[in-house]
Amino acid sequence: MSEEKGAFGVHGTGDTSGFSGLVRAAHSVGSSERPYGSYFDDLTDDLERAYPEFNDAIEKVVVDRGELTLFVKAAKLVDVARTLRDEAKLRFEYGMGVNGVHYPEDKNRELHAVYELMSLTHNRRIRLEVAVPDSNPHIPSLVEVWGGMNWHERETYDMFGIIFDGHPALTRILMPDDWQGHPQRKDYPLGGIAVEYKGATTPAPSERRSYR
Amino acid sequence: MSTYADPYASSRETTEGRVYSVTGGDWDALATEIGATKEERVVVNMGPQHPSTHGVLRLILELEGETVTEARCGIGYLHTGIEKNTEYRTWTQGVTFVTRMDYLAPIFNEVAYCLGVEKLLGITNDIPERASVIRVLMMELNRISSHMVALGTGALELGALSPMIFAFRERELVLDLFEMISGLRMNMAYVRPGGVAQDIPAGGVKKIRETVAQLRENFKDNEKLLIGNTIWMKRTQDIGYLDLAGCTTLGITGPVLRASGLAWDLRKTQPYCGYENYDFDVVTANSGDVYGRFLVRMGELEQSLRIVEQACDKLDPLEGQPVMVADKKIAWPSQLSVGSDGMGNSLNHIREIMGESMEALIHHFKLVTEGFRVPAGQVYTAVESPRGETGVHLVSDGGTRPYRVHFREPSFNNLQATAAMSEGGMVADIIAAVASIDPVMGGVDR
Repeated sequence: MSEEKGAFGVHGTGDTSGFSGLVRAAHSVGSSERPYGSYFDDLTDDLERAYPEFNDAIEKVVVDRGELTLFVKAAKLVDVARTLRDEAKLRFEYGMGVNGVHYPEDKNRELHAVYELMSLTHNRRIRLEVAVPDSNPHIPSLVEVWGGMNWHERETYDMFGIIFDGHPALTRILMPDDWQGHPQRKDYPLGGIAVEYKGATTPAPSERRSYR
Repeated sequence: MSTYADPYASSRETTEGRVYSVTGGDWDALATEIGATKEERVVVNMGPQHPSTHGVLRLILELEGETVTEARCGIGYLHTGIEKNTEYRTWTQGVTFVTRMDYLAPIFNEVAYCLGVEKLLGITNDIPERASVIRVLMMELNRISSHMVALGTGALELGALSPMIFAFRERELVLDLFEMISGLRMNMAYVRPGGVAQDIPAGGVKKIRETVAQLRENFKDNEKLLIGNTIWMKRTQDIGYLDLAGCTTLGITGPVLRASGLAWDLRKTQPYCGYENYDFDVVTANSGDVYGRFLVRMGELEQSLRIVEQACDKLDPLEGQPVMVADKKIAWPSQLSVGSDGMGNSLNHIREIMGESMEALIHHFKLVTEGFRVPAGQVYTAVESPRGETGVHLVSDGGTRPYRVHFREPSFNNLQATAAMSEGGMVADIIAAVASIDPVMGGVDR
């Protein structure tokens, strides 16, 4: 994340007392090494068998805090999703939804779409993550695979501006139809208005030093 | 065509066809005018301000006579930007925001969020047992109060007034317990990362047991009124049908899924907070209709009471145990007590930090103003809320504030089933269908 410096701004971690023992970890995550543990090895093996283009489609496999994340290339997303849903050993019948995350520092991969899937048959969960550049934010829609993705994709479009190609009606869902911008992006300010009370003024949230 | 202007029912030509605006009053002129046209197909806008749409939900219905040929939902009227706001507060302050999403199930939002923060911190196994038991206790009480609103308003929207009176009487008993324990009846921000804000007050468990007995007696009133009631069954049986395949493709969870015959309950299948140590049944129905969902909710009331009783039994031997994680770098420093206006700092704690311990003051100051740091990464945690799977996707960049908080709200997801449940049915039945989904617009719009 970028640092902002000013006369009174917080530098570095903001910890001036040495009180906090936690070390700030770098954000970028590398690929995990086998064995992944839990059911993750079996799951990736099964996917590899059922989907020959596995190495081409999956950018990396990350296992963190007991959760499995597959980074998928946008072009291959529908094939991977369909295989995960239909293959008897995988059977991810439930697409729980999609949600965006904006990483302005991740050059040419600024916008991430994160899919949570669940298998009732095998009682397993998996996460798919697709990263696309801000300049060309196109991801194929998964509404054909899981109908319930419909509103989730509309919300992600509304909040982040990710365009889901093939979506039956990709319109804003929470914000008004004529709204400008995509509010959940990091370059979109929190906004708000200054509040005056008994002569003293509290600045708008986005203008407060600690929130910038 | 009308020969005079009706102040309550006007009409005008648009590019989309003739648009009629009606408010309260006499619609004679409008009825005459519509009756004269050959067109049977009418598009009706219902809501967002409508007494039977369960909050600010807007339904756009295409009718052929009284049959619904197309139903669309318009949402977003209650969007408050909670997810964005949490990115500008500490992880602990986030609880105060997320509790306001699904306002009928605040404890579930808090628990789902806190389980996520704890997973990011890697302290899931350090949460004191007493805190987990209190969380379960609060969640099950909350499930009762939430189902009571679902049942009461659902019945009210179909024209049955008495069930609502009984349901809100029961809900009041539960809210009294919440007030006793947390100081607040709703949106309590009671569950915090690391545990809960404060212990149950002296004599609290006894009061909970008394209320459980009272509730068990009271539930009979609504059972007698509705189960097997001919009018109620005619309005709900075979209405709003959605089978298991429909639930699967639309990602439907909760009572709607269980009413289609599948015993899927995260409390059983993916237990959290120690649910595996409680004895309870997953209630199902096979009909996949509004009546089935009603029966599932009624059955879950008794199961929740059973869990509450077991939680009370577990609390007795844990008396005096901590309710917050031992790590002083994470645990909320102040000791709270319930005052006349909700929770506040206890006077003993103020004396300690202001007069006795400099270190305690530093801890208090740092944690309250700056908050604790959470190692970078992302997690997804889910709990079984009264409406289905409430999932929380949290992303941390290693700072003292969340990088991204996203709620996978069951109401938001399940509301997508409105069209599948009501298209082809009668216009009056769409009310029953929506009520059986039990959407809470605070959760849908966030």
